[in-house]
Amino acid sequence: MRIILHVWRQKNAQSPGKFERYERPEVSPDMSFLEMLDVLNEDLVNKNEQPVVFDHDCREGICGACGFVVNGIAHGPEDGTTVCQLHMRKFKDGDELYLEPWRAKAFPLVRDLLVDRSALDRIIQAGGYITAPTGTSVDANNILVAKPDQERAMDAAACIGCGACVAACPNASAMLFTSAKVTHLGNLPQGQPERLDRVEAMVATMDKEGFGSCTLIGECSAACPKSISMDSIARLNGDYIRATFVKRPLELSGQGSG
Amino acid sequence: MELNAKVPSGPIEKSWDKHRFDLKLVNPANKRKYNIIVVGTGLAGGAAAASLGELGYNVLAFCYQDSPRRAHSIAAQGGINAAKNYQNDGDSVWRLFYDTVKGGDYRAREHNVYRLAQVSVNIIDQCVAQGVPFAREYGGQLANRSFGGAQVSRTFYARGQTGQQLLIGAYQAMERMVGLGKVKQFTRHEMLDLVVIDGRARGIITRDMVTGKIERFIADAVVLATGGYGNNFYLSTNAKGCNVTATYRAYKKGAGFANPCFTQIHPTCIPVAGDHQSKLTLMSESLRNDGRIWVPKDKGDKRAPGQIPEDGRDYYLERRYPSFGNLVPRDVASRAAKAVCDEGRGVGPGGLGVYLDFSDAVKRIGAAGVAEKYGNLFQMYEKITGEDPYSVPMRIYPAVHYTMGGLWVDYNLQSTIPGLFVLGEANFSDHGANRLGASALMQGLADGYFVIPYTIGDYLARGGWEKTTTDHAEFKKVEDDVTGRIKKLLGVKGKRSPDSFHKELGKLMWDNCGMGRNAKGLQENLKRIPALREEFWKNVNVTGEAGELNQQLEKAGRVADFLEFGEVICMDALDRDESCGGHFREEHQTEEGEAKRDDEKFMHVSVWEHQGEGKAPVRHKEPLKFEYVKPAQRSYK
Repeated sequence: MRIILHVWRQKNAQSPGKFERYERPEVSPDMSFLEMLDVLNEDLVNKNEQPVVFDHDCREGICGACGFVVNGIAHGPEDGTTVCQLHMRKFKDGDELYLEPWRAKAFPLVRDLLVDRSALDRIIQAGGYITAPTGTSVDANNILVAKPDQERAMDAAACIGCGACVAACPNASAMLFTSAKVTHLGNLPQGQPERLDRVEAMVATMDKEGFGSCTLIGECSAACPKSISMDSIARLNGDYIRATFVKRPLELSGQGSG
Repeated sequence: MELNAKVPSGPIEKSWDKHRFDLKLVNPANKRKYNIIVVGTGLAGGAAAASLGELGYNVLAFCYQDSPRRAHSIAAQGGINAAKNYQNDGDSVWRLFYDTVKGGDYRAREHNVYRLAQVSVNIIDQCVAQGVPFAREYGGQLANRSFGGAQVSRTFYARGQTGQQLLIGAYQAMERMVGLGKVKQFTRHEMLDLVVIDGRARGIITRDMVTGKIERFIADAVVLATGGYGNNFYLSTNAKGCNVTATYRAYKKGAGFANPCFTQIHPTCIPVAGDHQSKLTLMSESLRNDGRIWVPKDKGDKRAPGQIPEDGRDYYLERRYPSFGNLVPRDVASRAAKAVCDEGRGVGPGGLGVYLDFSDAVKRIGAAGVAEKYGNLFQMYEKITGEDPYSVPMRIYPAVHYTMGGLWVDYNLQSTIPGLFVLGEANFSDHGANRLGASALMQGLADGYFVIPYTIGDYLARGGWEKTTTDHAEFKKVEDDVTGRIKKLLGVKGKRSPDSFHKELGKLMWDNCGMGRNAKGLQENLKRIPALREEFWKNVNVTGEAGELNQQLEKAGRVADFLEFGEVICMDALDRDESCGGHFREEHQTEEGEAKRDDEKFMHVSVWEHQGEGKAPVRHKEPLKFEYVKPAQRSYK
């Protein structure tokens, strides 16, 4: 089938970008979207032109490296799918597709369709973990987790950190990403001791990194390749409100010395 | 090359305890004086970086991806083994040890495997403490499933995303240490060479993949956790970025490379759809718990699967291996699939496929029951093939998945270069000639959480190297080599893309060094690969510049190393004139078509030593002793 691509080309964050038109006359419906771009890139290299730069790695929809906007939708039109798992049979002969990078202040553009998502790592660094240094654990079956809690934790833990939620949000908020981690860890007994500190620290970092505020629009969840639910945002808000009311003084008196 | 495995003496059950006591310690206040480089942030590297940071060392962690969380450990689906015996079904450390040694077809080092089985129980505890959401029973306890090559249920899982959840656990632990300043992470940094000073690993040269800047990093020890080399075959289940460069560069700097021909072909992958295919996707082995594998009884039976009655079907694994059935180990299942396809009974386009059928499971536990266990895998299959596996059997075919070979390491996971430690898939030690399912995650985390924190301390405490800086002449020399190589790649300006060379190499590897190997094919590869390499350096076209983000340049550098390493794989495969595990030399098979070992001649680890450019490497041997598991013809009947 024939596909017409308009791909955002931009050498780096400083130079201006524009759409470049590429006609693809022979696209197989069995190709994945990225394989279609691989073939385009081979053609470009053979013509001594610069191939299109995009992030990708596992191509199984799990590493979260890939992602760009296809006709205004993060990861393209198929629900619950990363762009590497999107196949060309979902498109029609003659379709025109516009490919753009994630656009958000907190995700500076690096080149073409590839952006810098390191802000998401910094949100995790702020508190997206359970403090459990290697070697300190009890037998695994001593920590019982009710099946519904474990299922809810797992639903949220399925987040792949691709950033589609940020790209889809008109406010460029990282709320779905952050709340998924808060929900994953907060549903487990192991996650309770740090629960309130965690949510405060992660939200503060989210703000500091330049992500927008959440106004509960829901584009994030609609675009999420793992279909993470908006419920996690409600949970984060609940925890956050509680954190602001509950006093948790940590006074370091120095009396531990000696 | 001296190959002293440093295996402790005394009974195997006590050897790790005794060894840990014998290892020297670094005083807590002194740990902050040491710098450690960790390359790769998958399960092994991420776990190591986190654990070493927690101990107080200064860790520099490198990965080529944009975040440590993307390492390919994330794609492991089915589970992680541990000898917890929570199911009361007869499991024990000893049985996991036994299964792993037998599964590896008696080509692994017993003491390493025993330690792996021992610490497997700690891994589950550690991961649960971190918040890994393993599947649970209604009472809140952990659930288990079965995997190939075992007759007990010892596999822990988190839906079909076990690797992801374990990696996120390690990643979060590591990010905690980044937040505390004990780990510095360098993402989008590719290690391009190793720096060895006075015989010790002291640093690495990297390329910043955004700016193209070449940088020098120095440390007291270097840890490689850079995964396997399955992408030498072009099509594999590895991520597109996986490559051999870090371990191959270490090999060229003097580290012995062990058993490079031991590659694992996974039986259940989605078949190739066309020439555009960029990678292959695995369908978890756990599917073999409930799916039944079959092909038509008759050659050329082109009927749709639903039209073929029971008596027209050959459930060949159940027929040939009644006691393990569909859960035979991977090498056995893959060869059996190849055999029926070679007979002309394969299904799907090109006849390269077999059915994995869930209709019995749907009848037994209902579609909802199947969905609860395997929903995300079915969804993935449907996305890729456009077929609904609830109503039409899946089509699967074997594909390159894992490499048991890797840099040679001793019991301390130290390579033949002092100060260079190798963890996870990048080393060779635990899986022999075939890895059992759900054991890669176990090994990566065992090495990273529970082995390297002890053994690296011993190395550091013994000291013996001099303080130096990145101004040392050797750093300059290696950096010049790296920049020279980049210049050379960009300067060829030929006609063919790096990818086209990679594809051609991959086809040679798959055809002549894949599931079945013979002397003639391997000798042919040993002629054709050097010729292809020569063409590469005359005719490759690498677009763009060195000082910018350049994915073609990244690719070309990796392909250049694959073109050299592919030859080492074939040399080893030719040299090992026996069949064992995943290494199937067609000349050596039993009457029933099983791998036939030659323990007289080949009960050893083959370790290859680089001799310089243009010279053939030398093969050394580490003899293997089996004191606890007596070698026998493997039987899964």
